[in-house]
Amino acid sequence: MEILISLLVGVMTASGVYLLLRSHTFPVVLGLSMLGYAVNVFLFASGGLTPNSAPLVEHGLSRLPDPLPQALVLTAIVIGFGMIAFLIVLALRALRDLGDDGVDSGDAR
Amino acid sequence: MLPLIVCLPFIGVLLVPFASRKLRVRPALTANLTAGLALLLLIPQMPAVYNGAVLIDRHEWIPVLGMSIAFRLDGLSLLFAQLILIIGMLVVFYAHYYLSAAEGGPRLYSYLLLFMGAMLGLVLSENLLLMLLFWELTSLSSFLLIGFRRKEAAARQGARLALLITGGGGFALLAAVVLIGNLAGSYELTDVLGAGDEIKGHALYPLIMVLFLLGAGTKSAQFPFHFWLPHAMAAPTPVSAYLHSATMVKAGIFLLARFFPVLAGTEIWFYSVGTMGLVTLLLGAYFALFQNDLKGLLAYSTISHLGLITLLFGLGTPLGEIAAVFHIINHAVFKASLFMAAGIIDHESGSRDMRKLNGLYKYMPHTAVLAMVAASAMAGVPLLNGFLSKEMFFGETLYLQWLGEASWHWVLPWAATLAGVFAVAYSLRFIHDVFFNGEPKDLPKTPHEPPRWMMVPVEVLVVLCIAVGIFPGWTVKAPLEAAAGAVLQGPLPEFSLAIWHGFNFPLAMSFVALAGGVLLYLVRYRLFAAQDRLPFQLSGKRIAEGLLCLLFDLGRRLDGLLDNRSLVRYMFALLASALAMGAIGYWGERLSGPIPLTPLDLGTLLGGLLLAAGAIATVVEHRNRFTALLMLGLVGLMTSLLFARFSAPDLALTQLLVEIVTVILILLAMYFLPEATPPVSGIGQRTRDTVLGVLAGTGVAALTYAMLTRSADSISAFHLAESKPGGGGTNVVNVILVDFRGFDTLGEITVLGIAAVGILVMLTGLAIKTPKVDWLGRPWSLDRYPTVLAVVSKPLLPIALLVSAFLFLRGHNEPGGGFIAALVAGVALILQYIAQGTRKTQAQFRGNAETLIGAGILVAVLTGLGSWLVGYPFLTTSYTYVTLPVVGKFEIASAMLFDLGVFLGVVGTVLLILTGLGRLTLREENV
Amino acid sequence: MSHLAVLPVLIPLVAGAVLFLTGGRARGVERVIALAATAALLLVSLLLLVQAADDRVLIYYVGDWPAPYGIALVVDRLSALMLSLAAILGCASLLYAVGGDDRGGRYFYALFQMQLLGINGAFLTGDLFNLFVFFEILLIASYALQLHGGGRERVRAALHLVVLNLVGSSIFLVGIGAIYAATGTLNMADLAMRVAEASPEQAGLLRVGGLLLLVVFALKAALAPLGFWLPPAYSSASAPVAALFAIMTKVGVYAILRVHGLVFGPEAGSVASLVIPLLLPAGLATIAVATLGVLASRDLQRLLAHLVVLSAGTLICALGLGSEAAVSAVLYYALNSTLVGGGLFLLAGLIARERGAVGGRLDEARNLVRPVPLGTLFFLGAVGVAGLPPLAGFVAKLYILQSALGHPAAAWVFGVILGSGLLVVVTLSRAGSAIFWRTGDAPAEGEAAGPLASLSTALLLLGTVALMVGAGPTTAYTRATAAQLADRSGYVTAVMANLGVSPPASQREDP
Repeated sequence: MEILISLLVGVMTASGVYLLLRSHTFPVVLGLSMLGYAVNVFLFASGGLTPNSAPLVEHGLSRLPDPLPQALVLTAIVIGFGMIAFLIVLALRALRDLGDDGVDSGDAR
Repeated sequence: MLPLIVCLPFIGVLLVPFASRKLRVRPALTANLTAGLALLLLIPQMPAVYNGAVLIDRHEWIPVLGMSIAFRLDGLSLLFAQLILIIGMLVVFYAHYYLSAAEGGPRLYSYLLLFMGAMLGLVLSENLLLMLLFWELTSLSSFLLIGFRRKEAAARQGARLALLITGGGGFALLAAVVLIGNLAGSYELTDVLGAGDEIKGHALYPLIMVLFLLGAGTKSAQFPFHFWLPHAMAAPTPVSAYLHSATMVKAGIFLLARFFPVLAGTEIWFYSVGTMGLVTLLLGAYFALFQNDLKGLLAYSTISHLGLITLLFGLGTPLGEIAAVFHIINHAVFKASLFMAAGIIDHESGSRDMRKLNGLYKYMPHTAVLAMVAASAMAGVPLLNGFLSKEMFFGETLYLQWLGEASWHWVLPWAATLAGVFAVAYSLRFIHDVFFNGEPKDLPKTPHEPPRWMMVPVEVLVVLCIAVGIFPGWTVKAPLEAAAGAVLQGPLPEFSLAIWHGFNFPLAMSFVALAGGVLLYLVRYRLFAAQDRLPFQLSGKRIAEGLLCLLFDLGRRLDGLLDNRSLVRYMFALLASALAMGAIGYWGERLSGPIPLTPLDLGTLLGGLLLAAGAIATVVEHRNRFTALLMLGLVGLMTSLLFARFSAPDLALTQLLVEIVTVILILLAMYFLPEATPPVSGIGQRTRDTVLGVLAGTGVAALTYAMLTRSADSISAFHLAESKPGGGGTNVVNVILVDFRGFDTLGEITVLGIAAVGILVMLTGLAIKTPKVDWLGRPWSLDRYPTVLAVVSKPLLPIALLVSAFLFLRGHNEPGGGFIAALVAGVALILQYIAQGTRKTQAQFRGNAETLIGAGILVAVLTGLGSWLVGYPFLTTSYTYVTLPVVGKFEIASAMLFDLGVFLGVVGTVLLILTGLGRLTLREENV
Repeated sequence: MSHLAVLPVLIPLVAGAVLFLTGGRARGVERVIALAATAALLLVSLLLLVQAADDRVLIYYVGDWPAPYGIALVVDRLSALMLSLAAILGCASLLYAVGGDDRGGRYFYALFQMQLLGINGAFLTGDLFNLFVFFEILLIASYALQLHGGGRERVRAALHLVVLNLVGSSIFLVGIGAIYAATGTLNMADLAMRVAEASPEQAGLLRVGGLLLLVVFALKAALAPLGFWLPPAYSSASAPVAALFAIMTKVGVYAILRVHGLVFGPEAGSVASLVIPLLLPAGLATIAVATLGVLASRDLQRLLAHLVVLSAGTLICALGLGSEAAVSAVLYYALNSTLVGGGLFLLAGLIARERGAVGGRLDEARNLVRPVPLGTLFFLGAVGVAGLPPLAGFVAKLYILQSALGHPAAAWVFGVILGSGLLVVVTLSRAGSAIFWRTGDAPAEGEAAGPLASLSTALLLLGTVALMVGAGPTTAYTRATAAQLADRSGYVTAVMANLGVSPPASQREDP
């Protein structure tokens, strides 16, 4: 189980990194979301893996997962959403002001 | 007392413009009043100092650095202070007549006073760091003064060159002083003077000497840093007279004198300082003869005389050092008067070119006489002050040769005589070429005597030349002895200031110099011709400016190499350094920890494979936008399932909903983006990126594995325990979000709010040329109904809102809560939007989204503030229970009010972003 | 109980939220709200500065949860100092904006307040994840502010800024995850304790976590090779925004000083002094790169942006010296470089406005409307930023050099700092003579800025004079601050004071 999760995080990171190094805004956005998933799963895993349970007390659950990373990841997800949304619109703005959707378009030099 | 003396000129700096504007007082008058006052304050101290007293006035300033406001008045500083103030006043007086009405504003006098204050501070400082401070201040004020005629390129370049050289020297001196102070254990001169032997004995002494000489040599225009001085002549002549002959260039010399007891008396000192002085002496004298510009001649002769003084200090003999101090005085006097005379000539004839200036005697006899006397003093003609110190100089060179300490000492007398020959020659040229030797050639205006008062300062100085020359005993003996004593920090050897020592070698050398000089002058034209034929004309300035250009060019090139203005490279640097740090961090650690692995079940494996496949597919298909987006969505979905699988229902829900919203957002954006991403990156770059990606992936995977096989007892045990009793909720994650770590959540909705508002700002005035149809080939957001979505979404919306309300209420105990509820509502709205197009959706939500966000944040904050009323910190919660149908028994916690804020904020954000993009499409339609 | 410690967060937050409500319509009202809020902020910060001056560490337990379970705000000398610095800078930039630069777009004031919120929160929080949250706030606000006024250059720079910092945030989270996995806590004081006692089993995770955080903070502080995003961003931003940004690199430096100083400090067992050996070379490299940038700059704003990087490099290099004296020097240097840097950005705005279309370009000759006052201010700022006497920059540089004495790399520090200093002097003198001397005869094209803008500029630039005159007490304060930072156990005991105290009865209302 642990190995699988590690590999999944690795794969997501790898593809995220590759996409981040593209020179157009769209793949970069994809890459950031991808990296976001990877990081969220990683942060989530920092509390260990607890199958078939829920962070609910007084529900007769035997061993509860570590709730703190879950809360952190939830915050991270929402913040990430705001950021990605901002970036997407910024990309549109750039498309308008710089003429195309390259990340380096409109260089002063 | 001393601080006041130093402060007065600085006060004057501000006073001058004020007085001239408000009180209509002549700036020169104000300037001289302040300077004069300083001089008056100095006079009462003189007797004591001449009796060998040392007045020190210390005030604490920055103890941490050992920097104090400490001043020291001894023979040396008194002598320099007198020179600075007296010559300064004469220069100001002179400048008043020299400057045209256009130029003669208060600016020059302010700058002059600024310099005067800096110079006074420099010579009077007891604390070395304070001395440094004033040292650099002199460079700065000289920069302003040289650049005074800002419109002239020569002035600007000269100023920058001077700042480069002297400023650089200043930095070297800074290092030297810090080292000295460190070795001496104090920056107070008194202590440092006592620590001479430790410093000379220390391994750092050679380094200190190098840095120290860089400082002194640059300031005093010693070879090879001399070249800035001739170009400083672009300054108005009064400035040249004051800074670049009489005072500032003496600062380096002053430093040699000050640190004489600390650094002198070693081989290193003798050879470095001596050689520097000797070369400068000869070089200056040689080039002086070949200048056609009057001020150029004086500049190079100044360099030569500075070299002479440096050489004298370099010799390190007590008598030599007395001669040095003596020559400092004499040179200051005759050179200042010469500059003023040159200024008068320039002023009244319109030229400084000695090839045009001839036979001025009959036009301005008075000036001529003054200039000739001063020039003779410069040449070392008997009965003038220059003669006396030059005699002493010759004497010293011989004395050393007889001593025969080093093999090359025989050079000294010859070199000295040769320099004397050139000195006579160029002095002669100054006299004969300018005042006799035919008629003036095409001068701009016919020369005439200057206004009477303009000559007064020159007269004063010339009288001094003669007085010192004839009655040295009772004119300069006292100050000279006091100063020399202060330099030596010990008893003075016997020396006599008599004019006549009988026939001896020094006298012979003087006469050889005079005769040789005359001869040299007679054959000058042939020399000039020869000089012009020289293949290379060495100009320090050209070198320096070449260097500067090279420097800036190099800077540009290297900067361009490092920073190619490409995000791809920045990104690579960031990811690579993160990877490197990770690798360094984990190097040599065992990967797997103590915790045993848990068995893998089929479902998870399949989900994992799907996830991996989706991720890889996203990369492969990234140029095919729609597919790539679907694949990304798949990854997101699998992630949320993964969260669900490992007991994080809230996470799973949030991830799912955020996923939907994000994908839809990207879809909307894609509608505006070009159809496909062209492949730009070459195979090389792609392989590079793949490698980095794989490495990063491996690294993170390894880290995850290491993490999963280890455990630490977490603080979350407390959260689990306190969730119900303390937070009043059984859904621990939600309690953490709204209670234990509500502060994070507050920040988080703020982030959303800011993002939304930022987006709003970006969208204003944004209109993009777009295809008329979207990726499904149907026109975007026209109000067409026959889509399934529309049918579904119509009834879906109210249901969704109900669900969201339900999720919200139970959130504190069951999976759900503010976010999730808000996102559900948001998703419903989006569906509505996609189905019906913007117009309808907006019709249904008239509310102003940003208001919703603001309200949301405020609700949350106010909830938090509520706890202040009952005397608890921000965001302290309390709760009570109620029972509702359907939802059942649940408690109303203040935390839920907070959660309501969250709800409003998130809904507002989602709404704002969507309607924003929607407006965009609307505008597009209306185009 | 006193709520003073939380006010630096609440004031801008409430003000910002209210400004969201006003929706960027009534500019007059907005100006009043913003000014009032920032003035209040300044007042509070100074009060905290005074309180911290008697070496009491002020702790505020948000939600009344005991540390390390809730989030604790900590006000020690360092936090108070940085808060005050931010507030002063904020006031000045705001005054300048009110003086007319706020017409670039809606919501300027709201975003401005949010920016302050993020900065203050970062200075206040004692919790690692909460630090992340406040970083995000100050980042998202800075993105939006960076775009203020619009235009190609700004959009382009913002795009780079956003993408890089999003990746930075991801790295931050990975770092937090690793550290949490190894220690099971987020509170910095608790972390300091647990890391010190961590089993070698966890050392790897901790080290990776610490180093990844360093990457993130270095990105903020614009250290080489992560700093290339800064010059385009700062040089294209509108004057008041750029001025406020002058403190952002210092936030990065602060974070290193706080997190790595406290959690990965000399007492941190298997990961003791984790980053110190890396800082010196990184700082020196940054200085070198920034100096090249300074030489290469063709317009004033870009020159200033590179100077910001240079000062950050100097700070990090000095931190790398690892001595208490060096930390004190760093703080003094940070005060000066922030005020002067901000002031110069405002001044550049004034100059650009008076020169008209050519703005701050150095290869164009234009006249100014008010050459003398602006020239004087420029001279002041240049001397202050180049570290020349007689202004505070000189003392700061001297302080750093003195603290470098005896360090094995002292020669490098002296050489690089003094060498780059000289090049900076050369470049600044060239820029000054290009703008104020080589003016040509054509009349000025632009118009003079309002009194408020000029006043705020002068205020910031005079800050360096004040720091010089008050160098004695200031250095005394920074010195005490360095001592307080060195006393980690003091910090920990202060924060963990109410450890084990069960939450107050008010929260237990049994059903």
